[in-house]
Amino acid sequence: MKAVCYYGTQDIRVETVPDPQILNPRDAIVRITSTAICGSDLHIYGGYIPTMEKGDVLGHEFMGEVVEVGRDNHRLAVGDRVVVPFTIACGRCYFCKEQLWSLCDNSNPNAWMAEKLYGFSASGLFGYSHMYGGYPGGQAQYARVPFADVGPIKVPETLTDEQVLFLSDIFPTGYMAAENCQIKPGDTVAVWGCGPVGQFAIQSAYMLGAERVIAIDRFPERLALAASHGRAEVLDYDVVDVPEALRDMTGGQGPDACIDAVGLESHGTTLDAWYDRVKTRMFLATDRPHALREAISSCRKGGTISIPGVYGGWLDKFPLGAAFAKGLTLKMGQTHMHKYMPLLLDRIERGDIDPSFIVTHRVALDDAPEMYRTFREKGDGCIKVVMKPN
Amino acid sequence: MELSRFDVEQHASDIHEVERWVSLAAATAVMAFGFMRRSAPGVALAVAAAPLAYRGLVGKWPFENGYANDTRTALSGDRGIHVREAVRIERPVNEVYRLWRQLENLPRVLTHLEQVKELGDGRSHWIARGPADLGVEWDAEIINEVENRVIAWRSLPQSDVVTAGSVTFKSVRGGRGTELSVHLQYAPPAGRAGAFLARIFGREPNQTIREDLRRMKQVLEAGEIPRTSIGEPRI
Repeated sequence: MKAVCYYGTQDIRVETVPDPQILNPRDAIVRITSTAICGSDLHIYGGYIPTMEKGDVLGHEFMGEVVEVGRDNHRLAVGDRVVVPFTIACGRCYFCKEQLWSLCDNSNPNAWMAEKLYGFSASGLFGYSHMYGGYPGGQAQYARVPFADVGPIKVPETLTDEQVLFLSDIFPTGYMAAENCQIKPGDTVAVWGCGPVGQFAIQSAYMLGAERVIAIDRFPERLALAASHGRAEVLDYDVVDVPEALRDMTGGQGPDACIDAVGLESHGTTLDAWYDRVKTRMFLATDRPHALREAISSCRKGGTISIPGVYGGWLDKFPLGAAFAKGLTLKMGQTHMHKYMPLLLDRIERGDIDPSFIVTHRVALDDAPEMYRTFREKGDGCIKVVMKPN
Repeated sequence: MELSRFDVEQHASDIHEVERWVSLAAATAVMAFGFMRRSAPGVALAVAAAPLAYRGLVGKWPFENGYANDTRTALSGDRGIHVREAVRIERPVNEVYRLWRQLENLPRVLTHLEQVKELGDGRSHWIARGPADLGVEWDAEIINEVENRVIAWRSLPQSDVVTAGSVTFKSVRGGRGTELSVHLQYAPPAGRAGAFLARIFGREPNQTIREDLRRMKQVLEAGEIPRTSIGEPRI
């Protein structure tokens, strides 16, 4: 089959690799009809994610048709149309039972690697380095889905691929980011980053009762989408001083909650942003937390910082003093996908939201290397790329 | 797999001829490497290899009286290598206990074990892969057994290894989960240095036991061991 493979920093190739096969009793094999490039794939593309190996198949946002099931998988049948969550979870350990699905104890075959780095291992992920399990990803014609009797969600034929595809990651991720804000009626939520996760966080914040959402980015098309489709007030950080603007917009109090939908490769034009860039270039630091610093200093006293953006290493100049002085709550982590997918599919079916608004590029799998470049450079108004591998 | 058996009567020189040559060769290599560095750490490295050279020449470690094959003597005080690991399993205690009590099941999840055969009367024969892939085997007897609480055992005289161990079981979370604690003690064929070298070669006993317990947890909870390729899951 054809698959998008990692070969090094900014070196992505479409290669022919062996078809996946059933390895465990609860597995399923899915023939992929639609697959997307995620903003977090760009962290791999940029060389920020350790334990990637040459030839690793990328991709963790995919859906398709079940073509084979393992002998202990009684939930799925050949022919089912499913969306696959990007986190892999067994459904039976303490963490799965507590709805902390992305922290599953049993789905990472290389748990020891993550334990060395983080103390404990979270769940395995598709196409996201060997530290997270080394599972081949879904930017391919087929994928093997472990624990497929608890992960994939069946979707009705009445909905198009693009309406349900983003249940695989970014819609639940944006939703959990908003839920983590513990929004009360009348609240104002500020969102750093108007990429796909930011856009879904904006809409989810309104769904969960926010009165105002303020979105921060610098790309005109992203700000425009946040304003038009997301009904957010927007700030261009190239033009305004963000903490000052937020203070002005909230009567001097600051937003009740701040979402960092940017993560470890934050851009910025202030002094600390340049400092981060120099340090990471020299391998003296791993992450560039400019957006996170700004969120912490902007947030109102007693407010909440919600972090759906991915961080991987050790942060420098992290303003914990400000977070402490203001009594902030910090919530973060990979999305507990399995908890949100049924709920959000229901929202889509009811017509509350149509996630296909995010798609800007529809291409073939062979175009992946070019699209990674375009997406990274945010060229051609690129916000979300969907590929059709079959 | 080659099994190394040493004669427990030979206290003066209780390691295999091959092991002596290996010790001597390794010591020579390390010393040569160390001295060639012409630096303080290099010399320190070379000096550190002296006991290994002694072992190669004389057949035992300096200041060592040789192993006793009685577990009480060999493993008393701080002697022997201790491995302690614990794991929490989201299954009732009786289910976890049952898997352990059927000793012949253990090689399914404990990868360093090749085979366990129950001989009756609480006795059993064990075959394992030791440090540096040397095979070892021993007979063991269960010395303490309280259902759903504890299983303890020790090796019998005339075994390749002198070992003792226990597994304790504790019901947690209102009976929904079990805390399993393993305590293993052993005087391996290659002594303390064997375990040290094994660690360098990536066979650190704590990590091995931890991976074994993880596999047991995965089998009991998820019903399968996660993997990304055919064959043995990677350790």
